[in-house]
Amino acid sequence: MSMIRFVTADGLPGFLAHLAKDGQRVLVPVEKPANKPSVVFEPWQEGKAFTLAKATVPPKEAVLPQCETLFSFKKAKDPADPARVSLQLEEAPPPPPTVVFACRPCDARGFAVLDRPYLHGPFADPCYKARREALTVITLTCASGCNTCFCHWVGGGPSSPEGSDVLMTAIEGGYVLQAITPRGEACLAASALPDGAEVFPRAEEARKAAWQSLEPAPDLKDAPQRLAALFTDTTFWQEQTDRCLSCGACTYFCPTCYCFNITDEGEGLSEKGGRRLRSWDNCMSSLFTREASGHNPRNAKALRMRNRVSHKFATYPENWGSFSCNGCGRCISNCPVCLDIRAIVLAALEKGADA
Amino acid sequence: MSGTKTQQTMLREISPRPMPDGNPYLPMPATVAEVIQETGNIKTMRVVLDDAEAMRQFVYEPGQVGQLSVFGAGESTFVINSPPSQKDYLQFSVMQAGEVTAAIHRLSPGDKVGVRAPLGNYFPYADWKGKDVFFVGGGIGMAPIRTIMLHLLEHKDDYGKVSLLYGARSPRDMAYSYELDDWLRRPDLDCTLCIDAPFEGWEHKVGLIPNVLLELAPSPANCVAVLCGPPIMIKFTVQALEKLGFAPENIVTTLEKRMKCGIGICGRCNIGGRYVCIDGPVFTWKELQALPPEL
Repeated sequence: MSMIRFVTADGLPGFLAHLAKDGQRVLVPVEKPANKPSVVFEPWQEGKAFTLAKATVPPKEAVLPQCETLFSFKKAKDPADPARVSLQLEEAPPPPPTVVFACRPCDARGFAVLDRPYLHGPFADPCYKARREALTVITLTCASGCNTCFCHWVGGGPSSPEGSDVLMTAIEGGYVLQAITPRGEACLAASALPDGAEVFPRAEEARKAAWQSLEPAPDLKDAPQRLAALFTDTTFWQEQTDRCLSCGACTYFCPTCYCFNITDEGEGLSEKGGRRLRSWDNCMSSLFTREASGHNPRNAKALRMRNRVSHKFATYPENWGSFSCNGCGRCISNCPVCLDIRAIVLAALEKGADA
Repeated sequence: MSGTKTQQTMLREISPRPMPDGNPYLPMPATVAEVIQETGNIKTMRVVLDDAEAMRQFVYEPGQVGQLSVFGAGESTFVINSPPSQKDYLQFSVMQAGEVTAAIHRLSPGDKVGVRAPLGNYFPYADWKGKDVFFVGGGIGMAPIRTIMLHLLEHKDDYGKVSLLYGARSPRDMAYSYELDDWLRRPDLDCTLCIDAPFEGWEHKVGLIPNVLLELAPSPANCVAVLCGPPIMIKFTVQALEKLGFAPENIVTTLEKRMKCGIGICGRCNIGGRYVCIDGPVFTWKELQALPPEL
């Protein structure tokens, strides 16, 4: 049996304080009041209010910041021979150890989706690897679904452990913490929290009730072939994307979108120097694939949406054996024109069934 | 590392090729040794790695590419167009088109640059042994053809007849003009040059590459056609080759896409589930036919 601990609701700040000691960065969901209130992950500190609500923005930045320095560069002159210059490149410092606290199972599965191309392709990404290896994920299991999320369509569920080090489930009076990985076990073992084995059956009941509350899921196993078959059906993609604004909100809110751009910033090769940056990119933008010559293989929004949906439901599965959509539903709830990726996939399945 | 893993590795294999060690984003410091003004908008850069040992150890296969950095402007992908036997420098031919290429065009000998190389796959020349090889280069697309052609000519005994059709808009748009006399003269190469429209003093063919190709009508028997050029030229040249009877597996091309990481992650050079940076840039037409039409 895995290691189980119990924490009361009042005891959570104490647990966070324990996690945050030794300078570890603990990212917690924080409410941001505004015209449109949101919940975002922010570093916790003593006294900071947090929430256990599902975050509006996933915790992807823990491993893939919106913008990060890959390395910095500058030119150095030899003081004895000023005509002799050398180029100095400096790699980014190691990232701080980080805990993501109270993300949801879909968010945690996002890390597993990113791990495949970033760690297991022909090249491992050193910046991602350093952040990932310093990351502990404590996931709050969901008590129910919501009307935009669909994790159980795509291989997940309200208590899916994939990508998590610790699963945390609400029961009456507090939370049951279950270690999933050795890292999670070490994290719980180092805490002063009491054993929770006795109340674990209540967590299991809560998880079971969450599963039972879900609507039946459609079968998506044919989605990869159906989407591939529709590749040249431009009319289908135009119909599905007519109202898309190409704003890219779907990609920025996605826990599994991982495309990036690389740009330089600063003074170039001077003594002050500059930096090479990696920043999130957006496949819905017309600039994403436009070549310097002006040629653009995806010169219409229908073709760009085709790529986005196909990547999640056809080509990523072709390469890695799993959908790269986790069903968190954020692209649906944050789309300004209410585009629904579920509807596109279902339409593709239906269209294939007609043929 | 945390998380339960259901899938550790890619479901397909990446063919073996020389690959850089260490942090794949960190360029090797290098110095521009020579700049050749090829045409009005094409310059060739010969660069030497600053670390003499790295330069000596540097190996690559013909068709592999490199990311050339101008620090402060960024980096772009170009084929290493010197043949692998050339150990003194790495050569990149760059057409000025955008910001990074403009910065490259401003470089002078002695300037510091960065190189990430070698990246990508290479021409499957081992499969061509004993066969005739017909090269077709269009405009700056001659750069990768130059590498593999010179490599084949260095090992000419292994191959049958080697031919080249090199076309450009006008004689003024023809890179490697200083090598053309030699290419035309050498007995181990059947070289044909063409330009799009008549030009005073031009003694070679006039016409678009696919038309000149149909006129030359190389036999597809025991022959591999290798082409590179702009997307529109590739499209019509492949049609011409198919008309001549070349089978899709005997048509080889090398593609260009907007690339950033060059290592299969950043997500923009894909054609369906394949990435031009790691699965390419070299593909046979047969391989491309199996992929979605998104060139």
